[in-house]
Amino acid sequence: MTILGVPTQALFGQLLIGLINGAFYALLSLGLSVIFGLLNIINFTHGAQYMMGAFVAYFLLQWAGLGYWWALLIAPVVVGITGIALERTTLKRLYHLDHLYGLLLTFGFALIIQGLFRHEYGSSGLPYSMPRELAGGQNLGFMFLPNYRAWVIVFSLAVCLTTWYVIERTRLGSYLRAATENPALVQAFGINVPRMITLTYGFGVGLAALAGVLAAPIYQVNPLMGADLIIVVFAVVVIGGLGSIMGSIVTGFALGVVEGFTKVFYPEASNTVIFVIMALVLLVRPSGLFGRAS
Amino acid sequence: MTIARIVALIGVLTLAASPARAQISDGVVKIGVLNDQSSLYADLAGQGSVVAARMAVEDYGATAKGLKVEIVFADHQNKADVGSQLARQWYDAEKVDLILDVPNSGVALAVNQITRDKGKAFIVSSAASSDLTGKACSPNTIHWTYDTWALANGTGNAVVKTGGDTWFFITADYAFGHALERDVEAVVLKNGGKVLGKVRHPLNTQDFSSFLLQAQASKAKIIGLANAGGDTTNAIKQGAEFGIVKGGQKFAGLLVFLTDVHALGLEKAQGLTFTETFYWDLNEKTRAFAKRFAERNRGIHPTMIHAGAYAGTLHYLKAVEALKSDEGAKVIAKMKELPTDDPLFGKGTIRVDGRKIHPAYLVEVKKPAESKYPWDYYKIQATIPAEQAFRPLDQGGCELVKK
Repeated sequence: MTILGVPTQALFGQLLIGLINGAFYALLSLGLSVIFGLLNIINFTHGAQYMMGAFVAYFLLQWAGLGYWWALLIAPVVVGITGIALERTTLKRLYHLDHLYGLLLTFGFALIIQGLFRHEYGSSGLPYSMPRELAGGQNLGFMFLPNYRAWVIVFSLAVCLTTWYVIERTRLGSYLRAATENPALVQAFGINVPRMITLTYGFGVGLAALAGVLAAPIYQVNPLMGADLIIVVFAVVVIGGLGSIMGSIVTGFALGVVEGFTKVFYPEASNTVIFVIMALVLLVRPSGLFGRAS
Repeated sequence: MTIARIVALIGVLTLAASPARAQISDGVVKIGVLNDQSSLYADLAGQGSVVAARMAVEDYGATAKGLKVEIVFADHQNKADVGSQLARQWYDAEKVDLILDVPNSGVALAVNQITRDKGKAFIVSSAASSDLTGKACSPNTIHWTYDTWALANGTGNAVVKTGGDTWFFITADYAFGHALERDVEAVVLKNGGKVLGKVRHPLNTQDFSSFLLQAQASKAKIIGLANAGGDTTNAIKQGAEFGIVKGGQKFAGLLVFLTDVHALGLEKAQGLTFTETFYWDLNEKTRAFAKRFAERNRGIHPTMIHAGAYAGTLHYLKAVEALKSDEGAKVIAKMKELPTDDPLFGKGTIRVDGRKIHPAYLVEVKKPAESKYPWDYYKIQATIPAEQAFRPLDQGGCELVKK
């Protein structure tokens, strides 16, 4: 059986591949959404922080002999701490200003960080091996599924849903959401709002770093890996609706699938299709598919 | 004054004027290295090409010979419009006499035309499209290091002859990928092979899994990678993950550079076979060059691109000195007239279509256990003699040949 000249079996494969790539989009756009939703900062440093996550994994292996599983734990914390330092020293001065200032500042930081890494490590990237436990793969009949890719999809889905649950369904999450609506009032209830915001930024950055560690065995650990991805991820966030947690998760996975199918039917357009969708969504629903009109 | 005397006087004045005209414009030979300084081709060309050009100027002893040479560089970001604008600005406002390197065939073809329009000189080391000495050939351009025809001829032939007779192409979707795919396909068909399918991906793609799946489904014996730099390394790395090689298919990296092998690591790159026109570990002279080069280039050893930038600059300066002029077309003509001789490519010639002729090498990447010292990556499997390494002069369709 074929659909538009492509065997259905091949389409199943592409669907799965799309979901895997979507897992990265979801994880990254989730971090962006958390940061935007609670801090009102459009965090353009996100791509650089994703790259830093991959590099920390590489350094841990080279310098400390700590493998992938440790990296998964340590890298988000380390990069998250650099994020907190960034927030404490610079970003917090911008909260009362227009979004544009935060965007410019974080974009500047992204360029500096990427430039420094590129200067030191070149542009062709460094090798990072697959963890031994996840090497190999399964033959699903319609495709060969590498174990590592299956792991990526399961792990990132778990992280996404946990984050959503914490923010939308727990007491901590309700404090966070209340603090975005009316920080003065929440502060009056005795909750340390600035500290909460700082930690939230650290968490969002940690999510980016986590995605970086997940990506390291698939791609090269490359100073430019984030720069290429961040623009797409921003389009995902815009389509999903800025600040909507569930929106960014669902759109992340969905757009991964759309992109995957484009690679079969019209591969030349595979890096533009997301932007075409973004333009269409902005025309029809300017606040995004899941966003609330403000 | 009779007419005859006036004519004679004009003749004398013209003769007297011509040596005065043939001189170094504004007293400085200015070389502009235009390439990718920040993205996927930055390690295989990038600052390394600038270092190579500087070394050539120093080794030539330009200052001692009274030649003032200045080197500038810029990042064209792999965009033809940015590259064109930089080239125009360099030629018009900044008195650049020679543009060097220019990876990305799309950008190189644009600069090729601009150089011709402005009457300047262009030495290509990075860009691969064989059209630069074919239908787009120019009296102002020399294509130094390699081209898609040479790669197809070297790698394509070797692969088909060892049984790789069914192919699937994963091709970078721009001038270079198209040219490489076209030239390799011709070799495959000529040798009785078949092309089962092809897919074109945008330049600088991170994830190749979708394309690899299509290649797997085609059941072709050989998956030809008509791309370069980061695109090639990503495809090979992810190919291992999807069990391409274990499933009995083989990759043919149609354009692989030393820096790509370094980035992949021998574990992943071992066994790859491809064509190069230079390897740093060929002989005493290339080793000496590599040592000096690596010291100045963050330890990165020279690719064939860097070697071409060095040798091209050296030969350019020779021609400028012989001519006592840096006028574009004249220098290029002089470069074609003089035999080439440098420590990296040895003795060679430049053809009328602008093609530099030297031997090519079919190399295989060593197994990790076979590598004895840093950057010890290749085994030379075969040397393709200079006269067979490049497309025969009459087959390129270059207008300069017919004259």
